[in-house]
Amino acid sequence: MSTQTTPPDAVEPEREPPAERESWWHRFVTGSSAPIGLILAGLIVVFSALEYENFVSVSNARNVTTDAAVLLVLAVGMTYVIITAGIDLSVGSVLVFAGVMAAEVMESVGGNNWGTILAGLGAALASGVAWGVLNGFLIAKAKIPPLIVTLGTLGMALGAALLITGGVDKRDVPFKLVETIGSGRLFDEIPYLVLIAFAVALVGGIVLAATRFGRYTYAIGSNEEGARRAGVAVDRHLIKVYALAGTLSGLAGFLSLARFATTTIGGHSTDNLQAIAAVVIGGTSLFGGVGTILGSVFGVFIPAVLQNGFVIVGLQPFWQQVAVGAVLIIAVYLDQLRRRTAYQR
Amino acid sequence: MVSNGTPLLEARGIVKSFGKVQALRGANFEVRPQEVVALVGDNGAGKSTLVKTLAGVHQADGGEIRFEGEPVAIHSPLDARALGIETVYQDLALAAELDPASNMYLGREIMRPGALGKLGFLDKKAMRRESGAAFKRLGVAIQDVDARVATMSGGQRQGIAVSRAVMWANKVVFMDEPTAALGVVQTRNVLDLIGRVKEHGVSVVLISHNMPEVLEVADRIEVLRLGERVAQFQRGDVTMEDLVGAMTGALQHRERGNGA
Repeated sequence: MSTQTTPPDAVEPEREPPAERESWWHRFVTGSSAPIGLILAGLIVVFSALEYENFVSVSNARNVTTDAAVLLVLAVGMTYVIITAGIDLSVGSVLVFAGVMAAEVMESVGGNNWGTILAGLGAALASGVAWGVLNGFLIAKAKIPPLIVTLGTLGMALGAALLITGGVDKRDVPFKLVETIGSGRLFDEIPYLVLIAFAVALVGGIVLAATRFGRYTYAIGSNEEGARRAGVAVDRHLIKVYALAGTLSGLAGFLSLARFATTTIGGHSTDNLQAIAAVVIGGTSLFGGVGTILGSVFGVFIPAVLQNGFVIVGLQPFWQQVAVGAVLIIAVYLDQLRRRTAYQR
Repeated sequence: MVSNGTPLLEARGIVKSFGKVQALRGANFEVRPQEVVALVGDNGAGKSTLVKTLAGVHQADGGEIRFEGEPVAIHSPLDARALGIETVYQDLALAAELDPASNMYLGREIMRPGALGKLGFLDKKAMRRESGAAFKRLGVAIQDVDARVATMSGGQRQGIAVSRAVMWANKVVFMDEPTAALGVVQTRNVLDLIGRVKEHGVSVVLISHNMPEVLEVADRIEVLRLGERVAQFQRGDVTMEDLVGAMTGALQHRERGNGA
C-alpha cells in the first residue's frame, strides 16, 4: 500500500510481549456465530435424547459430515462473497462444469494413478478460477450487479457442461480417486472428504479473521466507497473474492466427482441456494460487512442434522425443508433487528 | 490581501466541470504552513469540488496545483496521501461494521513481524494500541475500542474520522463540514480538536457553513463564490457582514488575474 507517513509527535511503536490474549480467534469464536452454534448444539441434544442409539454413533456422525462436506466447501467461498455484500448463484453450475472438465482431462490422460488424479484436480481448480475471475471482472469492472452476473454464468457454466458431455454423465473416473479421496478414511475412521472440507473451512476462517485479505473483504462489504477512498484496491479485491469462490466451487466439483464416481450434472441445481442459506443462517449479513466462517459451518450443519435427525426419529424428511426455511427467515430477521438497533444512534 | 512566504499547498486557476455545470471557474486557493484556513461559500460555490480536486477524488480540467512551491499532479487519493494530505469527508467514509482501530488503519494496516506478516497476517494488537494512543492524544472518547463503529454516536464517529486523518497527515487535513451533524458539546470537541491538530504542526482546511465557528477557529478565511475565490480575510479584521457580503456577492472583492 502506501508508505507509512510519520504521525504528528509519533510515538515509536513499542513491541510489548503478548499481554491481553485477544487475537484472531476473537472474531472467529465470538460475533454473530455464537447463537447459531447454540441452536445447532440444541438440535444435537434433542435428537440425541430422542434416539440416542441411532443418532449418537460414529457411523452416523460420519454420514452427516460426509453428506455436508461438499456443501461446506461451497459455503466457505460463499461466505467471503456475501460479506462483500455480493452473491454468487453460479457455484452449483461451476461445480458441475469443473467436475466435467476434471473427468474429461482424467479420461484423456488415462491411467489410474496419482498423476492422472492431479491432472484432474488441476483441471477442476482451473475451471473454477476461470469462472470466478469472469464473475469478478464483470461485477467489479463492468459494474453489473452480482445477482445478474452470476445468474448469467450459472446458465453458461451448466450449458457448457452439457455441451461438453452431450448431456450424459461421465463415469470414467479413476478408481484410485474414488477409493481414496472419494470414500477413503484416515485411520479407517475419518473420511478424507470431511477432512478436506474442514481444512478448507479452517484455512478460510483464519484468512478471513486474521489477514489483510479478510479485513478488506469486511471493509468492502461495510463501505465500498469508504474502502476505495482509504486506498483499498476494491475492484481487484472483489475479483479475488469471486475467484476464490470459483476455485472452491471447482474443488467441490472434484470432491463430488470423487465421491459419486460420476459427474452428477443434474444434481446440483439447488447447491447455490443451499450454500447461500447456510451462510445466512450462520449469521453472515446479506447487506455485507458481517459474518464468520464458523457461523457458516454451523449453518451448513443445521440443515444436515435436521435432515438426518428427522429420518432417524421417523418424521417425514420433507419436514427438513420446512424447518430450514423457517430457520433461514429467522436468521435474516435477527440480522435486520441487529442492524436496526445498531443504526438507531 | 496577505502574503508571507511560500504557501504549503496552492491551487491556481482550477477549472472543473461536470457535464454542462461549471463547478470551478479558475478557482485559486492556498494553505500556509501550520494554519487553520476556512473555505466558505454559499451552496454550490464549489467548496466541496475544490477540496475533492485537491484530495485527488476529482481531476481538474485545468489549472495548477503546487505543493511547497513545486507543481504536483494529484490523480488519486493515494497521490494526495503521499504528499501528507488527508481528508475527512462529509460522510466520514468509515466502515461501520469494523471497529475503530480497523478504520484508523484501513488501507495501511500494520502487519505482523516476520513470516506471518508476509503471509498477510495483521498485527491487530499494535493497531489497537496505536489507535487508542491517537484517540487519547486528540481527546476523542472511545470507551470500547472493540465495538463496531455502527454502535457509536455521531460525535464519536466524527472523532474517529478526524483522528484517522490527523494520524496520517503530516501537512494538511481537509475537513468537509465536520460539525454539520453534531450537537453542541460534540461540535465543541471537534473545534478543540482542530486547534490541537494545528499545534501538532499540521494545517487544517475547514469547510463550514457556520460563520461564528469559522470566525472563532480560522486564522484565515477564503471565500468562494460561483467557482472562484472572491475574497481572503485575515483573522481579526473581518466581520460576519464582510463574510456574508462576499459570499452573496453584495461585497465586491473580486481578484481577477492576481491569484495569490
